[in-house]
Amino acid sequence: MKLVEYIIGQLINGLNAGSIYALIALGYSMVYGIAKMINFAHGDIIMVGSYALYVFIVLMKMPVIVAILLTIGFCAILGITIERIAYKPLRKAPPLAVLITAIGVSFFLQNASLLIFKANPIPFGTIIKVDAVNIGNISISGLTIVTLVVTFICMAILTLFINKTKAGSAMRAVSEDKGAAQLMGINVNRTISLTFAIGSALAAIAGILFLSQYPSLKPTMGALPGIKAFVAAVLGGIGNVPGAMLGGMLLGIIENTAKAYISTEVSDAIVFGVLILVLLLKPSGLLGKKRIEKV
Amino acid sequence: MKNLKKLLGLFLALSLIVVSLAACGTKEDAKEDNQSDKTEDNQTGDNSETGDMEQFIIGGIGPLTGAAASYGVSVKQGAEIAVEEINAAGGVTVGDKKYELVLNFMDDEAAAEKAVTAFNALMDDGMNALMGTVTSGAGLGILDLVKEEGILMLTPSGSAAGLTEPDNAFRLCFTDPLQGITMANFAKDQGYTKLAVIYNNSDEYSTGMMEAFVEQVKSNGGEIVASESFVTNDVDFNTQLTSIKATDAQAIFVPAYYNDAAYITTQAAALGMELPFLGGDGWDGVIAQTVDPAVLEGAIFLTPFLATDEKEAVKSFVTKYEDKFGATPDQFAADGYDSIYVIAAAMEKAGSIESADLIAAMTQIEVDGLTGNMTFNADGEPNKGANFVVIKDGQYTAN
Repeated sequence: MKLVEYIIGQLINGLNAGSIYALIALGYSMVYGIAKMINFAHGDIIMVGSYALYVFIVLMKMPVIVAILLTIGFCAILGITIERIAYKPLRKAPPLAVLITAIGVSFFLQNASLLIFKANPIPFGTIIKVDAVNIGNISISGLTIVTLVVTFICMAILTLFINKTKAGSAMRAVSEDKGAAQLMGINVNRTISLTFAIGSALAAIAGILFLSQYPSLKPTMGALPGIKAFVAAVLGGIGNVPGAMLGGMLLGIIENTAKAYISTEVSDAIVFGVLILVLLLKPSGLLGKKRIEKV
Repeated sequence: MKNLKKLLGLFLALSLIVVSLAACGTKEDAKEDNQSDKTEDNQTGDNSETGDMEQFIIGGIGPLTGAAASYGVSVKQGAEIAVEEINAAGGVTVGDKKYELVLNFMDDEAAAEKAVTAFNALMDDGMNALMGTVTSGAGLGILDLVKEEGILMLTPSGSAAGLTEPDNAFRLCFTDPLQGITMANFAKDQGYTKLAVIYNNSDEYSTGMMEAFVEQVKSNGGEIVASESFVTNDVDFNTQLTSIKATDAQAIFVPAYYNDAAYITTQAAALGMELPFLGGDGWDGVIAQTVDPAVLEGAIFLTPFLATDEKEAVKSFVTKYEDKFGATPDQFAADGYDSIYVIAAAMEKAGSIESADLIAAMTQIEVDGLTGNMTFNADGEPNKGANFVVIKDGQYTAN
């Protein structure tokens, strides 16, 4: 019985980490799917969102709900601004230029917050207080459940939005062929702005939940989860929204199982080993569609 | 297309400016500080009878920006206070000459390659002795250069074993292995025979302490029931803690820095674990990093300096530091302060400012500093006592 409890306990730890990866991966994957670019600054928007929440709640003493909404709004506007200033001028440039610019944006955000908030980590408590659920001797923390539910809702709304609404159709059209979409009367610029707004709003939500789980603010806090989530997005099939969720969960569980049963020292090697294996067998990721390159 | 390129260029240039600004801010501050120090010093120099003192330049190397910035900033600020005190008291008497101390502190971002640049720049600026580096990794990077130049090197806080390998390199703080051994003996005294460790396997400080701890526990007849690791920047320790929870460990040794310790203790409390925590000197500062300090209750760690200490010298230092910098000094600030006094003592003992004489004098001096009464052996290691600190009711208290 003790062994079963231990196994389930470790699985829950995996879900806990995985649900955060999944939430971050959603935004990553969506922006890639529509705008066809890897937004390396995505992790840093999580960091900006976390600091924004801290400013609104601790420094400006706003009620929690207002602060959350403002944080999401702030990040959405930041996402649009970054796209306008840094990515839009490069729309016709080779993908490598956009990739490097995205890394530049990432450094810019990290160093800007280093200037404003200094290097010392700031402790900041959780704003979400949900009691743990106990089944027998197994306890699942309230935050894990909240994160899972929020991630699932975000995924469902995002999928519905992309597949069922007019703006969503416009997004899919832009992702297929920008030129043709424009000829069909779709405002490409507005559609891509909307994509970044939604992607960054998702990053803000991820930031709020990340901060609730790991209550410390640092200018570099977004970098590592950003990279892990990128791996999750690739694992699930980048560009595919449910794939991002699946990839995130799997990544969390594989990572924690490796840590618990094999070795904490090689867990990252195992995670990336699995990624390589998946990409060898299924290059477009677990749920990714095969794309026939037109030459 | 041309326009696009211009815009891209502009943006990249802007982001570069911001990046360099982040670094520059502190550099300029440092310069200003030095200049203001100098002017103040000159004034005090004018007041005393020795009108024109010669300058003795102490180079400092440590992170003033980046993730480890708080260590470097503390060392620098602590050292500044010592330099001010010494100069205000008329400088350092070397033979029949008086010397004014000048601190020239450079940023290395805790990176070896930046430390090399900083060291070369300091040598060009006429450094007489090096107080550095603040972190171990950066120090190991400049060790060959230090050996070659033959200059006196005193690291205030770099604790890696190899850092005092050259004959001209000395250390003010404890070594990592010594901390591990001390904590293992402490655990034995507390009656803990089954111990668990969580350490950072990507960090020399953490692994050095862990290896010595594990060895000492075994030779004390104890048992390591769980050895779990993590890497720098990890924030989730639930897996490691769940594994330890499944063992019959009596205490958990966490040889890590305060931000890791804050996560580990918080997550352990959330998992309902009540095992006592043991830590190294990296735990100093953990209370300020923890949202709910109740999770730290009863944790014990080793530190050479405690700001709430009742000793007169400590009180006076803490007051000066708080007045000047608006913050409570940590052990790094005390290490920086003591380092300056040790170098000054070596100058007086040597009666010369030649590197060879300073180095020879190091093993003959005895300094009663904030971090204890210390002497140095020929290996470059300090001999001084250890203080245990217990966290009680959200406060650091002497054990």
